[in-house]
Amino acid sequence: MGEAIIQSLLFLSGFFSIFTTVGIVYELGKEALLFFQMPEISLLETVTSTRWQPHTGDFGIWPLVTSTLITSAVAMLIALPLGLAVAIYLSEYATPRARSLLKPILEVLAGIPTIVYGYFALNFMTPLLRSILGRDVVDIYNMGSAGLVMGILIMPLITSMAEDALSAVPRSLREAAYGMGATRLETALQVVLPAALSGISAAIIVGISRAVGETMIVAVAAGAGPNFTFNPFKGAETITGHIVRISGGDLSYDSVDYNSIFFLGLLLFFITLALNIFSQRFVRRFREVYE
Amino acid sequence: MKLSTPGSTQESELKAGLSDYNLDILSRKRAGLIWRLIFQASTIVGIIALMILILNIINSAYGYSALKAKVDPDTLAVEGVPLEEQNHGQLVAVLQSHISGPAFKKLDNEKPFSERSEADVRALVIARVVRLQVEKTWNLWDSLTKSGEINTEVARDYPDAELRFTSWLNSDFINRPQTSEPVTAGIRTAIYGSLWTILFTVLVAFPIGVGAAIYLEEYATDTWINRLIQTNINNLAGVPSIVYGILGLAIFVRALEPLTSGQIFGIVDPTTANGRTVLSAGLTLGILVLPLIIINAQEAIRAVPVSLRRASYGIGATKWQTTWSHVLPNSIPGILTGTILAISRAIGETAPLVVVGASTAISFDPASPFSKFTTLPIQIYQWTSRPQDEFRALAAAAILVLLMLLLTLNAAAILLRNRYSGRF
Amino acid sequence: MQQNIETTEKPELVIETRNLNIFYNDFRAVSNVNMSVKRHRITAIIGPSGCGKTTLLRSFNRMNELVPGSHAEGEVIFEGQNLYDPMVDPVEVRYRIGMVFQKANPFPKSIYENIAWGARIHGYRGRMDGLVESCLRQAALWDEVKDKLNQSGLALSGGQQQRLCIARALAVQPEVILMDEPASALDPIATLKIEELMQELKKNYTIVIVTHNMQQAARVSDYTAMMMLSDAQRAGTVIEYNETNIIFTRPQDKRTEDYVTGRFG
Repeated sequence: MGEAIIQSLLFLSGFFSIFTTVGIVYELGKEALLFFQMPEISLLETVTSTRWQPHTGDFGIWPLVTSTLITSAVAMLIALPLGLAVAIYLSEYATPRARSLLKPILEVLAGIPTIVYGYFALNFMTPLLRSILGRDVVDIYNMGSAGLVMGILIMPLITSMAEDALSAVPRSLREAAYGMGATRLETALQVVLPAALSGISAAIIVGISRAVGETMIVAVAAGAGPNFTFNPFKGAETITGHIVRISGGDLSYDSVDYNSIFFLGLLLFFITLALNIFSQRFVRRFREVYE
Repeated sequence: MKLSTPGSTQESELKAGLSDYNLDILSRKRAGLIWRLIFQASTIVGIIALMILILNIINSAYGYSALKAKVDPDTLAVEGVPLEEQNHGQLVAVLQSHISGPAFKKLDNEKPFSERSEADVRALVIARVVRLQVEKTWNLWDSLTKSGEINTEVARDYPDAELRFTSWLNSDFINRPQTSEPVTAGIRTAIYGSLWTILFTVLVAFPIGVGAAIYLEEYATDTWINRLIQTNINNLAGVPSIVYGILGLAIFVRALEPLTSGQIFGIVDPTTANGRTVLSAGLTLGILVLPLIIINAQEAIRAVPVSLRRASYGIGATKWQTTWSHVLPNSIPGILTGTILAISRAIGETAPLVVVGASTAISFDPASPFSKFTTLPIQIYQWTSRPQDEFRALAAAAILVLLMLLLTLNAAAILLRNRYSGRF
Repeated sequence: MQQNIETTEKPELVIETRNLNIFYNDFRAVSNVNMSVKRHRITAIIGPSGCGKTTLLRSFNRMNELVPGSHAEGEVIFEGQNLYDPMVDPVEVRYRIGMVFQKANPFPKSIYENIAWGARIHGYRGRMDGLVESCLRQAALWDEVKDKLNQSGLALSGGQQQRLCIARALAVQPEVILMDEPASALDPIATLKIEELMQELKKNYTIVIVTHNMQQAARVSDYTAMMMLSDAQRAGTVIEYNETNIIFTRPQDKRTEDYVTGRFG
């Protein structure tokens, strides 16, 4: 009998996580719905307008979305080539000693709190960019600095997943290539890398998901106001940065601002969820081939 | 050196002639070398980025500052006793006579003077009466290399100011509470806030997390609901932390306000009386790290060999007895490692707590779970957001404290892992 | 060192080892091997498991060097040059001396690409379609796959995959093909196909095969090298090397006789 009680308790613990997801969808959905029911909000305007200025009643999401996209794109431009290169080095070239030195460093990079990266972006990267490219080209708050530092943050993530994928490619494939007189480079790039492609795709998607959800770096360095622009050297607030700024101020329940947080949060949740599910499909396909 | 190529064979028309191959081994090798260098260089980039980051922060946390006092501390001596030696009562009197009545009352309301320590009151005097202001700060590199220029500049532009080498990170910094004046600001409030918050995080997340892990690994059969639970946990691990903050805002701060503000228990923070309390923060972070703890604990439990369980069942033990007496003790190191990693993640989290409502201007340590709160990363965030140089230095100092804290935690986790990894 | 041998007479010995010793760090795995491989013949290396047959085979195309700490002393003479001369690049060795592995390992590419890739990295400038067809014909696989060249190589049966690997090795025009127990993972019918294939291939190539199946060695090979662990050092060595029919009917070493008659093994 005691066993049954214990088992139910344990099951409840397991089931608790479902509550979290349900809670997210329900609570965020409820308030988001309230948001759309408010008189000044129209669904059409939200998805088509390019101005987000709550005091004038404009709630077009595009400024926030494009800023998120641009910062994420800059981040991936850094993180993807670097991350992949390091993964290839670790998997195909590095000696065990080099690996044991490098992997902890990568873990450290991944473990630094994002607020520290935010500080770094504002106080090092931005002045650096401004001195290289000119103060009139680069604003004090700009998407590029934030994106670059985000890239450093995301790089270890991509490296770790890509390296797992590359290492899972069986040794016999490499031997087949070497046995035909292929060089190490040819084997790595033309045999191993294509064989690990689905695992690497999963890594890329997870990286993008992380970049989209990143908050503190962009809150500190990317800009403190919505701005619809494609110029990475200008400041523009991202979805996450906006949520942080709004909730940091005086917030009255059920105001337009309050409800907009939930709408944006829901949007963020579904985007990252879709990306993560998508990436798991790649991982599963990869495992099927090699296990 | 090339191997000699034999003449092309004529034995069979099916074989292509050797001359059809453009064997350019040298250029292939050269390409190989170039790419190898590119790969190696990429790994160096990460290392360099890390070094620049740390150096930049250290650079900002130490250096000269030109400090000017609004009120000369010497004039505050009471009956010949200088400021540094005055006792609690004298300090309060000095404070009362130099700041406005309403301001004095407000300070007393936030935290009665009788409860403030002598050091705290002295700091208040320095902050509000003496009002040491930072005219300008310089970073470490400049301070070390251009001290001559700095001296002349200060003599010229800030004649009333005193030039002092400040290590913004010092023991006072850690022990003093937050104040509005940068010179006297400390992170004690923030550190306590972080510790209290993490306490509740662990209290919530650890039992539920380990329980869920035990369920999934030992009890769950392959039904659709159990698969759903597992998939759900894996997905939750990838949700951005700010979404958890929004969830926490809706549920803990708002919906459960009677609980989290302490109304139910009658212990309510006098200044806010709402749900933005340490408890809400801890619960929010608890939900955030729950998937991490579960996944790590699952791995630790899975690593216990099946043979151990079989041996236990073989002598007639029940599943729970087996789990409690054999599986858990052997997986505790792994579970603890995972918990420590989850804690270090939670300590560094900023965004969810901003959303839940960390306070921007509290200067006293949290007294109960139902107090207003601030944490170390939040404090860093606030200081980073202010443009003045001195706040930048403060932020850098606080970052150093945070990094050292995390380093210790992670070192503990690694030690734990290494010590117990060779078990099986 | 000879550059271009412009002789009409080809040396009978394609590969000759002189005092070959192979080490993994300090452990000597193979000791003092002196044997040869004759052109257009099939040479089998037999012996009980663990005696270093595969290690010896892999030393012929310097594949041992993929294992860190592995090095060789002595010489392996191929076409008059020592393969282990420090100036010789292993990459060069490996396309002149190709290899087929115990478990078929086609690339996860199409059948066509499996064969074309090797030729391409060696700068093949001729008609690729013709080369692919030629290699598949030589591997007795053309008729079975000619309509599905774009299918993945992994979609074939075990025996077909192994023949694909043979075709792949042929694409770079090797002199010698090394086969490490090529049929051990295959059923008897597929094994027979491989053995027939070997008899065809030896007209144009030289083959060295490692096998733990004595009957296979007796059926297929012209020359046989018998390997065994020398008791003292736990290192394998060739204790007898001769024409196959002599090894199996009138072996000179008692240990060989014990092995081939099945008294142990």
